Amino acid sequence: MTDSHSGNAAAYWSANLRLIIGSLIVWTLVSFGFGILLRPLFMSVYIGGADLGFWFAQQGSILTFIVLIFFYAWRMNKLDKDMGFEE
Amino acid sequence: MSQFVINLLFVGASFLLYIGIAVWARAGSTQEFYVAGGGVHPVANGMATAADWMSAASFISMAGLISTGYVNSSFLMGWTGGYVLLAMLLAPYLRKFGKFTVPDFIGDRFYSRHARFMAVICLIIASTTYVIGQMAGAGIAFSRFLEVSNEAGIWIAAIIVFLYAVFGGMKGITYTQVAQYVVLIVAYTIPAIFISLQLTGNLIPSLGLIGTHVDSGMPLLQKLDEVVRALGFQDYTADVSNKLNMVLFTMSLMIGTAGLPHVIIRFFTVPKVADARWSAGWALIFIAILYLTAPAVAGMARLNLLTTIYPEGPTAPALEYAERPSWIKTWEQTGLIKFEDKNSDGRIQFYNDQADMSERGWKGNELTVNNDILVLANPEIANLPGWVIGLIAAGAIAAALSTAAGLLLAISSAVSHDLLKTLIKPDISERNELMAARISMALAIGVATYLGLNPPGFAAQVVALAFGIAAASIFPTLMMGIFSKRVNDKGATLGMVAGLSITLLYIFTYLGWFFIPGTNMLANTPDNWILGISPLSFGAVGALINFGVAFAVSNATEAPPQAIQDLVESVRYPKGAGAALDH
Repeated sequence: MTDSHSGNAAAYWSANLRLIIGSLIVWTLVSFGFGILLRPLFMSVYIGGADLGFWFAQQGSILTFIVLIFFYAWRMNKLDKDMGFEE
Repeated sequence: MSQFVINLLFVGASFLLYIGIAVWARAGSTQEFYVAGGGVHPVANGMATAADWMSAASFISMAGLISTGYVNSSFLMGWTGGYVLLAMLLAPYLRKFGKFTVPDFIGDRFYSRHARFMAVICLIIASTTYVIGQMAGAGIAFSRFLEVSNEAGIWIAAIIVFLYAVFGGMKGITYTQVAQYVVLIVAYTIPAIFISLQLTGNLIPSLGLIGTHVDSGMPLLQKLDEVVRALGFQDYTADVSNKLNMVLFTMSLMIGTAGLPHVIIRFFTVPKVADARWSAGWALIFIAILYLTAPAVAGMARLNLLTTIYPEGPTAPALEYAERPSWIKTWEQTGLIKFEDKNSDGRIQFYNDQADMSERGWKGNELTVNNDILVLANPEIANLPGWVIGLIAAGAIAAALSTAAGLLLAISSAVSHDLLKTLIKPDISERNELMAARISMALAIGVATYLGLNPPGFAAQVVALAFGIAAASIFPTLMMGIFSKRVNDKGATLGMVAGLSITLLYIFTYLGWFFIPGTNMLANTPDNWILGISPLSFGAVGALINFGVAFAVSNATEAPPQAIQDLVESVRYPKGAGAALDH
């Protein structure tokens, strides 16, 4: 099924993997990074009345997750079209 | 009009709506019963997923958990971060695969009846334990707001779910969940908006939380820290020392969320792979409306509660018991608030029992407040009108019913489709399979009702079990099935067995064998935990073990046949997903 454009298929799949890895790095940074492990470093940085780590743990990470999913969906759906894998 | 009548009107109207939708959306084929015909709009599916996901626990209990302080932010990040994994690592490919259940994929991809059977067992245990909590939650909501017994409440919930789940299948459930989402989100946010306005003058509760406390002019969080500190509690925003456990707990909730079958099957209902991606985003937006409001409710309700008990500030004498507001009286009747005047001064001293307050003449904490009250009593604490309380009643019940229905569908489709059709009687006709699906749904409701009426002693711990199983067995196996062509039947089966059994062993060591009290081999305290990892955080470790065993065994044995490698190839590319459902 994918034999006719197997070179294209490999490029499509590695582009998807790159996009996933990039997104998951951001995903890790905002939650496990800013929200938990790096919190002590940013205790003096404030977002409104909350320190940066507390804000990321309770609000910032969730907002970032939404952006990540929509960014991924937009990029992948565009890639589907550009590379001829659209349904 | 009395509060009881208002509650009855709100709950009754919501029930009429659900039943009306069920009659309109009856399922006529197995495809409609299992995946709603595969034609649900991605935004509607996102809304249904949100209602499916947000359980009685999210609605009633989560704000209470978060109100203990920063450490429980894990619930917020964990229960939302899982959707990123779902959107990128599972949903689009499983939609492309285009069958009806999670064991379908595991059984086909790993060309193994053992793997399929393991997946069915994991699914049934995870979903059944989860559904007990929903029935219990519906029971609590009914008994508090409609003045019926807990048992009667569970029976009413079972009958309503029966009406729309057995006849409507996934189709009926999907469209009732859309309605239930609207009910529950309105019910959750309206009291939060009022309270945010009262405390911070801000219309948006999330901004109120990081805004300024009107009465003191201080930032709200700083005010909260000051009040709880004066009463001997840890600062609300205090950092945690055991970061490893917080990371693993958050991770376990994330991969557990992504691995829960009742959430995954929701993405089988949209028309195309592209829709599955969008739909995950919409689901998270709808979920985030509640999850961004919850921490605001948590902080503000805690401050409100403490201001009620210490009207002159935490360093002045506490409220006299005789002058307590009426909501405390209401909730005392349910046993969720308890008062004991230990130093016989007629005042309510509410503080951290671990702190020494003897210089103030206090002889121990005198008020016990169940965390679930924060959301349920929120409108009363803030003096909101009666219709808001009616709304909360309908919202709590909607949250419990929508999740219960989603879980019951996952269970019944695993029984009728994976056990009966695929493993036992492959030549069953579509008509008979649909009948079998309805009968297994009715049986599942029967079991859930029985367990709701006779909760096993471990009701509180079962959520940990459900997430542990999903994280350690289902998520890694699905992910390897998509991202690796090398993992074979033996690797996947042994990986699931290893991940699951070591996770269960760790949980049972601290919480007792099958949660029977007194049978635990070590006390469940941080000192006894290996590397400080709590049994609730172990799912992430179980997942790592699953991955490790599966890769090691697969590499030591033969590669999967070419046909299976072609199957993996085909789920990676969206082209052709629409046709795949017509098998």
